[in-house]
Amino acid sequence: MSQTLKKRRGEQPTQRHIPLSMRFKRVLRAWQLYVLLAPALVYVALFKYWPMYGVQIAFRNYNPIDGFSGSPWVGLDNFVRFINSYQFGQVIGNTLWIAVLGLVIAFPVPIILALVVNQLQSERFKKFTQTVLYSPAFISTVVVVGIMFVLLSPRSGMVNNIIKLTGGEPIFFMGTPEWFRPVYVISDVWQNAGFSMIVYLAALASIDPSLHEAAKVDGASKFQRVRHIDLPGITPVITILFILAIGSLLNVGFEKALLMQTDLNLSASEIIQTYVYHAGLQQAQFSYSAAIGLFNSILNLALLVTFNWIARRTQQASLW
Amino acid sequence: MAVILLLLAIAAVVYPLYFVLIASISDPNQIYEGNVWFFPQGITFEGYQRIFGDIRIWQGLGNTFLYTIVGTAISVTAILCGAYALSRKDLPGRKFLMLIFIITMFFDGGLITKYLVVRDLGMLNTMWAVVLPGAVGVWNLIIARSFFEQSIPDELREAAQIDGANDFTFFLKMVLPLSKSLIMLMIMIHVVANWNSFFDALIFLNDDSKYPLQLVLRNILIQSDISSTGTTGGDVASYAAAQRIAELTKYAMIVVSSLPLMIALPFMQKHFTKGALIGAVKS
Repeated sequence: MSQTLKKRRGEQPTQRHIPLSMRFKRVLRAWQLYVLLAPALVYVALFKYWPMYGVQIAFRNYNPIDGFSGSPWVGLDNFVRFINSYQFGQVIGNTLWIAVLGLVIAFPVPIILALVVNQLQSERFKKFTQTVLYSPAFISTVVVVGIMFVLLSPRSGMVNNIIKLTGGEPIFFMGTPEWFRPVYVISDVWQNAGFSMIVYLAALASIDPSLHEAAKVDGASKFQRVRHIDLPGITPVITILFILAIGSLLNVGFEKALLMQTDLNLSASEIIQTYVYHAGLQQAQFSYSAAIGLFNSILNLALLVTFNWIARRTQQASLW
Repeated sequence: MAVILLLLAIAAVVYPLYFVLIASISDPNQIYEGNVWFFPQGITFEGYQRIFGDIRIWQGLGNTFLYTIVGTAISVTAILCGAYALSRKDLPGRKFLMLIFIITMFFDGGLITKYLVVRDLGMLNTMWAVVLPGAVGVWNLIIARSFFEQSIPDELREAAQIDGANDFTFFLKMVLPLSKSLIMLMIMIHVVANWNSFFDALIFLNDDSKYPLQLVLRNILIQSDISSTGTTGGDVASYAAAQRIAELTKYAMIVVSSLPLMIALPFMQKHFTKGALIGAVKS
């Protein structure tokens, strides 16, 4: 805090009183830096800001000849159509389900893993565990979903062989709507928990060891030390990552959901983004699906702002 | 306690992968009957033979190599140059420029307008549609910028400037040689991302011969497109046999496609942990 204040006091007056001509000269002198920045700037202009500009087609009836800004204006028609469509409730519901399950189940697992791994005495075993647990993060989504399909196959899958062995009836996991969410979340944990764990482990490593020494002297048990030293020590990191998770809540996992979709599980697997893909790119309803996409982005942004506000109010940590 | 818990976790992560590995060289009939658990049964390499005889796989692999190399080169160049410029405190308009990038983290135009832009640029069904739309990740830009801020002292630049170096020469001759670990990290992040990506190819390419490996895999593994097995019609028994072979091919395909990265992992690990840490420090 005090540091940023000092900086401001030092910088602002000088910057404000520079005459325009001198500022211009400064910009000219830095031309090489702008050249270095140019590729990245061109990139965001073309692939980020141009599409953002194009979002106005959500309020228009897009046709390729008139383009983004020339197509006829239709106001909120596309949004109204989405809200009144029979898929609306289902698609929103499915999206929220996946998102909430992700936060409640997939978010805490890496924290718990990190706390447990942090208990290990042997550095070598620690490192080994880390490597093994995070290796699935490098497998592509396509292959992970491919693995699901072969292992969960009702005829030959390993999981169903176990079920048959214990006398149960084989389950057609990928073709049953009720199984979509559990499979989705479990595979998410399987693939990503290890990688997410690394950040928490780093935070744990930066906790002052003398705290543990002191607690040990005072007779604190292992569990008490985890509870009262480790956990509070990484709470700021948890908060930040939680806000970030909220910020991309409605976006993550879209590719996996799309890959896991079968005609049979559609009633649980159709989420906002896959719906946008189907309606927009497969049926070429550009304006309608752009409106749905925009609806999704706004919802997402609102969630992010809200949670960041809550985090700031509760005095812990926030993004801004 | 901790050790037992983690051994269970390790088993849960490893066993599915191990199973796929042994299933890929097992007799498919043994898999169907549930006899394969810890060791391959009735060893056969037919699955692998079929993969290596499948032109689509080779084509996909070739395309993936091309896209990965070109995509990584573009991304890493743009990110390193851009991040260095943004790391310079004397860059006029630095805060505003940074904001331009940050905004895109919180709001984006969405899938549809991205598609329309790529179409308007005339990139549909070309390599550029796969390689460019995701080229510069803001998160990576921030990681690289923090790295430069922390590891390239201002004094070094001032000294070089006195010796007559301009920004280009300083960047090329001093900054880049001092940033080898960052460059390695960036290359690896993008190699993995390019190697594994399929979605841009799915929406932007419609020519089979341009499909990257992941899209070929998706069509075979998930969409169960088994046209290459070569059985048309015939009796039920031969159909069932063909299907079992197809299943076997899937196991082999999973192994072949993920093995390269798995083998490279121990070598990349150091850099990735470091990257996760730079990111964490920043957040």
